[in-house]
Amino acid sequence: MESLTLTDVEQKYYSDLFVYCDTDNTKKVASNGKVLDLFRAAQLPSEVVLQITELCGATRLGHFGRSQFYIALKLIAVAQSGLPLRVESLNSVKDLPLPRFVVAKNEQEARHTAMYPDLENQGPYQGVIPRPPGRGQVKKVHTFYLMFTPLQPDTTSPVVSPHQSPPTSPHAWRKHKRQASGGNVERPPVVVAGAVWTPFREAQSGPVVVGDGMWSAHSPPPVQESWVSLKDTYPPSSSKMPPMHLSPFQENSSIRTVASVTTANEIQRQSSSGYDDPWKITDEQRQYYINQFKTIQPDLNGFIPGSAAKEFFTKSKLPILELSHIWELSDFDKDGALTLDEFCAAFHLVVARKNGYDLPEKLPESLMPKLIDLDDSAEVPDQAPDVGYSGSPVEVTPNKSPMPSLNQTWPDLNQGNEQWETFSERSSSSQTLTQFDSNIAPADPDTAIVHPVPIRMTPSKIHMQEMELKRTGSDHTHPTSPLMAKPPELSEETKLATSMKFVTANSGKCQGMFHYHKELRTIAVCRSNSGTSPEGLKVAAAPPPPPPRPNASHSRSSSLDMNRNFAAHPTGPQQSGVVACPPAIPPRPLPTQTSGPHSGHRSDEGLAAHSTTSPQQIPEQPNFADFSQFQAFAASDQPSDDGEKHPESLPVEKSTEGAGPLRTVKIDNQEDRAAATVNSAKGSIMAPPPKPVRRRLKSEDELQDEALPPKSNVIATVLATLPSIPRSVGKDKKAIQASIRRNKETNTVLARLNSELQQQLKDLLEERISLEVQLEQLRPFSHL
Amino acid sequence: MAVCIAVIAKENYPLYIRSVPVQNELKFHYTVHTSLDVVEEKISAVGKAMADQRELYLGLLYPTEDYKVYPSHMIIVYYTPVCMFFILIENILLYRHTRYGYVTNSKVKFVIVADSSNTSLRDNEIRSMFRKLHNSFTDVMCNPFYNPGDTIQSKAFDSMVSAMMVQAS
Repeated sequence: MESLTLTDVEQKYYSDLFVYCDTDNTKKVASNGKVLDLFRAAQLPSEVVLQITELCGATRLGHFGRSQFYIALKLIAVAQSGLPLRVESLNSVKDLPLPRFVVAKNEQEARHTAMYPDLENQGPYQGVIPRPPGRGQVKKVHTFYLMFTPLQPDTTSPVVSPHQSPPTSPHAWRKHKRQASGGNVERPPVVVAGAVWTPFREAQSGPVVVGDGMWSAHSPPPVQESWVSLKDTYPPSSSKMPPMHLSPFQENSSIRTVASVTTANEIQRQSSSGYDDPWKITDEQRQYYINQFKTIQPDLNGFIPGSAAKEFFTKSKLPILELSHIWELSDFDKDGALTLDEFCAAFHLVVARKNGYDLPEKLPESLMPKLIDLDDSAEVPDQAPDVGYSGSPVEVTPNKSPMPSLNQTWPDLNQGNEQWETFSERSSSSQTLTQFDSNIAPADPDTAIVHPVPIRMTPSKIHMQEMELKRTGSDHTHPTSPLMAKPPELSEETKLATSMKFVTANSGKCQGMFHYHKELRTIAVCRSNSGTSPEGLKVAAAPPPPPPRPNASHSRSSSLDMNRNFAAHPTGPQQSGVVACPPAIPPRPLPTQTSGPHSGHRSDEGLAAHSTTSPQQIPEQPNFADFSQFQAFAASDQPSDDGEKHPESLPVEKSTEGAGPLRTVKIDNQEDRAAATVNSAKGSIMAPPPKPVRRRLKSEDELQDEALPPKSNVIATVLATLPSIPRSVGKDKKAIQASIRRNKETNTVLARLNSELQQQLKDLLEERISLEVQLEQLRPFSHL
Repeated sequence: MAVCIAVIAKENYPLYIRSVPVQNELKFHYTVHTSLDVVEEKISAVGKAMADQRELYLGLLYPTEDYKVYPSHMIIVYYTPVCMFFILIENILLYRHTRYGYVTNSKVKFVIVADSSNTSLRDNEIRSMFRKLHNSFTDVMCNPFYNPGDTIQSKAFDSMVSAMMVQAS
């Protein structure tokens, strides 16, 4: 095969045609079908076509490569110009006109341009999408075209169908075709149009190429030249023009409206933007789509429901099957509704289809809806149909900012039982825990799990306020009051105050079991902190957590230990300072109180313990030094003491189940407190002791019928902090009695609360059962 | 190993049926049709069944039954207690086709006929196939241009089914 030298114009034109024929987008091979169609469009006798294919080597190769295609085109030009087909003539013939294809875009554009003068009345077409010049795929659909031809006669108006946009272009095309075919078949009409067109052409230099192209066949050379020159600017669009299905339609000398002008303009624009992306939507097109979208759905961020879209696109008179396919392609998220992007894509596809382009199997990338609402949205290029639910990973998003949802659900999660397990796993303070969990999705394990980041290490005012809110919100005003009273008392000591804050904060946040586990550790930490750095209490950044808990454990578990510890480190002042920690405990019972019913008792006890211990703590502080001795005494005496007192108060109070255990727990708590204080006195050494103490406390709890660890811990810690009771019995007794009274009050309140919660729980369960029953009853109907 | 996949509407007419060995299509149609009876039986037996995903999956409809028998030349075996003359009974190929059913809440039934000659498919695989089918079916339903009751002509659905059948076989 000879090497082929092409002029620039020819080069461009051939490459456009090649792209047009390259239906498979291989960029190397033009599909035989298309090529043969194109050759047929050249209106050469078939034997000539055969000869051409032979000459170019396609028959040898079996397919049309780029070079073969170019050679073939050149030969077509040769043949069309009447020269004999010779291989040598490829390069020898100079000034060969470009091959003309009857059904090809050339004519379309010719028509477009010819239409111009006439389109005033086609205002609405202004925004019509002109042929997307970028369309690489051009397919002749004669039948499609014929569908429109009957309408030709009666339409001088742009709109053929109620639907404005898509029909407009086809109509425009139709008219173009008619004109073109008229031009081919009948001279006069063409001339007429040509006359009209010529001035137009002169006015529009750029886009008129096609028209020129067509007319060039029939017009004098000057036209051709202009066409040729214009070709340079226009080839892409010309090649992209879908082949106007040529059919000998009646000639419609009606001139196109401005639409064609705009079309031409747009084509020019599009051509300049390159024809690499045949499915690209131009700005004008997009604007038009948006306007159409607005007519259906004023909110641009909203959806068009499927039914409305169906009506809209049905107006385009495409077969339902194709519309269905278009829908499948464009409804990216498979939700039965179209967003603006999806709508534009669908519209674009409809227009393309009307203009004869084949529908792609997959949504072209340029038509993919941009998923913008999700941070982690990633466009899925492959619109595999078998995606189903996972089809739109981007838009679906359970991952849609899990954080906010978590933060919102956090308060609810706090109440959830399942949270407790997670809580216990945390090794930080309750405060930090709360912050942690808000960042994690305990309820949504499949959502992105954010690495826990402690937001706040130290109790802050906000935290305190939150706790206050929690407490107040939980209708436990009574419990709160004594607790609230405590802080003021404790404020005497800065350390106490701070620790109190810690405790309140912690107790406010922590609940039930969680408190138990966490607070033990946190308390230990607090203790150590306080022990080591009295001033550090204020900061107690770390898990300030309710010191009382650990204390309680300690105290409860081993009065012996406490005694031992205490004796070992008779640091009264320190202890007093340390005691500051425990006093903070009181608030804790409240959160436990607000927790689930199962912790009701515990919280009651805990709260009571808190209340008992905290008030006692302060007055007892001076007696802290004697505490250890008192411990043993307390162990023996206190039970009796408290036992006496408790029976007095308890019977008065609502006799709840918690009374008994409460009493025992109280005693234990007192012991625990002592132990806790002792432990705290040890400062850093405290860390280890709390653990064994805690364990013992647990065992003790287990021994008791209901003294659940958290409660007992709370109580224990309270008691522990309460250096209390101990020593100077006389003075202490009064204080103790006062505190006991207070504790009993709180006990009552807590018990009442507990029972109320139990009742609520029962009600809710009943409701749930009833709802389930209703659901059961309704279900069978759904099957009918 | 799905050799045939069918979607049957509530009124028991097929919305979509496709089989891999195209030549035996009629047989598959018959198979599917007969399995409908089993499906109906299972549905009615449930009564006030909950619309549970598990309940939608009906599982194996039939025990594996012979679908095709290719007897090669059979030679009678003579044997005496003393001497045995074994003659092979060769190549009796039995294609056992297992059928699985799945019903949606709207009484649309999916039937998968699978070839059990290969490694038998695990229940989970069948369930996942049904899940995919159901998802694709809902996508087809979401298409406003699809009228319920029409045959399914969605290319997406077709490609999904082809993928399932190709992968299975």
